[in-house]
Amino acid sequence: MKRIIAVMLCAVMMLLFASCGSNSNSQTNDTNKNANEIYFLNFKPEVSEVYNEIASVYEKETGVKVKVVTAASDTYETTLKSEIAKSEAPTIFQINGPVGYQGWKNYCLDLKDTKLYSYLIDKDLAVTDGDGVFGIPYVIEGYGIIYNGNIMDKYFNLPEKATDVSSVEEINNFEKLKAVVEDMTKNKSKLGIDGVFASTSMSGGESWRWDSHLASVPFYYEMKEKNSEVSTNSTAYNAKETEFKYHSNYKNLLDLYVNNSVSEKGLLSGKSVNDSMSEFALGKAAMVQNGNWAWAEISKVGGNKVDADNIGYLPLYMDIEGEENQGICIGTENYLAINSKASKEKQQASIDFLEWLFSSETGKKYVTEKLEFITPFNTFDDDETPEDPLAREVLDWMGRDVETIEWTFNSFPSQEFKNSFSDAILEYIQGTKNWDYVREAVVNSWKKERA
Amino acid sequence: MSLKKYFPIFVLPTLAAFLIAFVIPFLLGVFLSFTEFTTILDAQWTGISNYIKAFSNDDFLNALWFTVKFTVVSVISINIIAFALANLLTKGLKGTNIFRTIFFMPNLIGGIVLGYIWQLIINGVLKFFGVTITYDPAYGFWGLVILLNWQLIGYMMVIYIAGLQNIPSDLQEAAKVDGANRWQTLKNVTLPLVMPSVTICTFLTLTNSFKLFDQNLALTAGAPSQQTAMLALDIYNTFYSKVGWEGVGQAKAVIFFLIVAVISFTQLILTRKREVEH
Repeated sequence: MKRIIAVMLCAVMMLLFASCGSNSNSQTNDTNKNANEIYFLNFKPEVSEVYNEIASVYEKETGVKVKVVTAASDTYETTLKSEIAKSEAPTIFQINGPVGYQGWKNYCLDLKDTKLYSYLIDKDLAVTDGDGVFGIPYVIEGYGIIYNGNIMDKYFNLPEKATDVSSVEEINNFEKLKAVVEDMTKNKSKLGIDGVFASTSMSGGESWRWDSHLASVPFYYEMKEKNSEVSTNSTAYNAKETEFKYHSNYKNLLDLYVNNSVSEKGLLSGKSVNDSMSEFALGKAAMVQNGNWAWAEISKVGGNKVDADNIGYLPLYMDIEGEENQGICIGTENYLAINSKASKEKQQASIDFLEWLFSSETGKKYVTEKLEFITPFNTFDDDETPEDPLAREVLDWMGRDVETIEWTFNSFPSQEFKNSFSDAILEYIQGTKNWDYVREAVVNSWKKERA
Repeated sequence: MSLKKYFPIFVLPTLAAFLIAFVIPFLLGVFLSFTEFTTILDAQWTGISNYIKAFSNDDFLNALWFTVKFTVVSVISINIIAFALANLLTKGLKGTNIFRTIFFMPNLIGGIVLGYIWQLIINGVLKFFGVTITYDPAYGFWGLVILLNWQLIGYMMVIYIAGLQNIPSDLQEAAKVDGANRWQTLKNVTLPLVMPSVTICTFLTLTNSFKLFDQNLALTAGAPSQQTAMLALDIYNTFYSKVGWEGVGQAKAVIFFLIVAVISFTQLILTRKREVEH
């Protein structure tokens, strides 16, 4: 009996090994012969379903299967690192600008001769290294303080209003913003809100709105002062040190967010971006700092009370000289790259897919209507722009005669820098450390991470 | 004699599995700790510079100290409570089986889920004071201790119960006849006889608390300012959030392995000595 069992166990084991072996064999054969499957590692969780839809349409049209995998919020680098080591590695992935490119330069294919690059209206937007083009931006985004127009109007019509501001357009600097916000907090029960700003989300992985987006503004001004000839991103990228000159301005706006928030200070470390977007969507807050990608989240919230026709952006005013002329922050941190270690056929198939997506009628329709991207490509006509109200507002701000703030945070030294920045902010918000500590943390961490 | 001839064939499947799943990755890992790499296939030799960086990194030393404190506290508390429970539940009380099952259950839930559940509970309690678990590293520390206790006590209890049930009742009766009180019986008869269970339980709790990762990630993720990050989490952060620091993360992991190996061997030797045969 025992012998029979032993023999059977051996047989099972052999079978297992054999099947493993044959499996991997057939896969490698596939890779070598043809490229009917490409792999797209998606960065944007809010539109993951749309990409799946696009993939199935593309497969029907061309027979090429597009495998779409979406990395969870704030885990893109982690996911990419483990995925790219596999034999079936992503053929299309994203880098987040020049800093991201440094980490992945051995994997980025030169896209100089692709049609995709030729579509780009402003060739300077691409990530380049020497003569090569390694990352192509595919979406232009903008962020600022999103306000709920209905609540704002309600405030401007309040009889007990203590400010002389009577429309959002009149708010053109920090002083006015602060006056309005603080007066709104005083009248919050009459306005039917729990706080003016949605929660300043500080839980793990949810603080990018402060350590990247909000931080972009003070660094934009600091880098511009250092060198106004080139883009602030390239100045920041080459800066070995920073003095965080506008730290007190950063603090101004952060304090305003925290002191007039829906949530109590001490509880902010438990809040996520989703929490604050739903507070805004449900009308519990009148303002939230975020960008046009947030519309997908806002409109998805059940019982959402935001009026799509009455929503807009305010620039991130923080009491910096000349800010009356400041616009919202417009840029991109999404650059497409093709895996240079994939087979030639797969690389070509991946490029074909992207060109299809951004130039064919079907592809373009998905990009503007479902993904709701404002693209930097000349294949899109002026009327082929997304319907979503926040994207429209971004386009509107792009047309205004104001100083657009660049996404300077693309050139922050590393994720670790952003982590120590947000760690310090958290300690400041909950009152365990003072502001000097935050400033020091930022200055020291920049120096350490750039070294 | 003929059996010996077949020895290589019989050992081959296991050996292959052991090589593929353990020895090769381990050696590769040690090799990578001396290199700079993005993925494991393109590594460049850099010598011991990764180890120098690892030791000159404050976060790593803080994490090491935090982990040691945590391990000492949890090993002691888990084993004492588990042993006490096992003692109670071998006294033949009513409903013993139900209690055993209930105490064992937390062990069946994954660490990430447990971490989030306890984060909700702890934040729910701290809400009355207007703070959260990130307010003070001490909150995170005790939160982790409670969490791991809750998870491991049931498991250790089962091992202790098995040990206690193995003690022949005549020994305890003999002690009673000789006039030993309860405390003396526990100390001089029961404890020496459950020493094998103590060995295995301290080993399990020691390694589990030293290597804790998911619970740490879900409960505090190191907040505030990496002050509650344990070694495994620090290694993970080094590996993933700094471009070019993958090798340093790997070096930290090798150091981590050495520490765990040395500690658990020492512990095994020490407790083995106290085991008695009956």
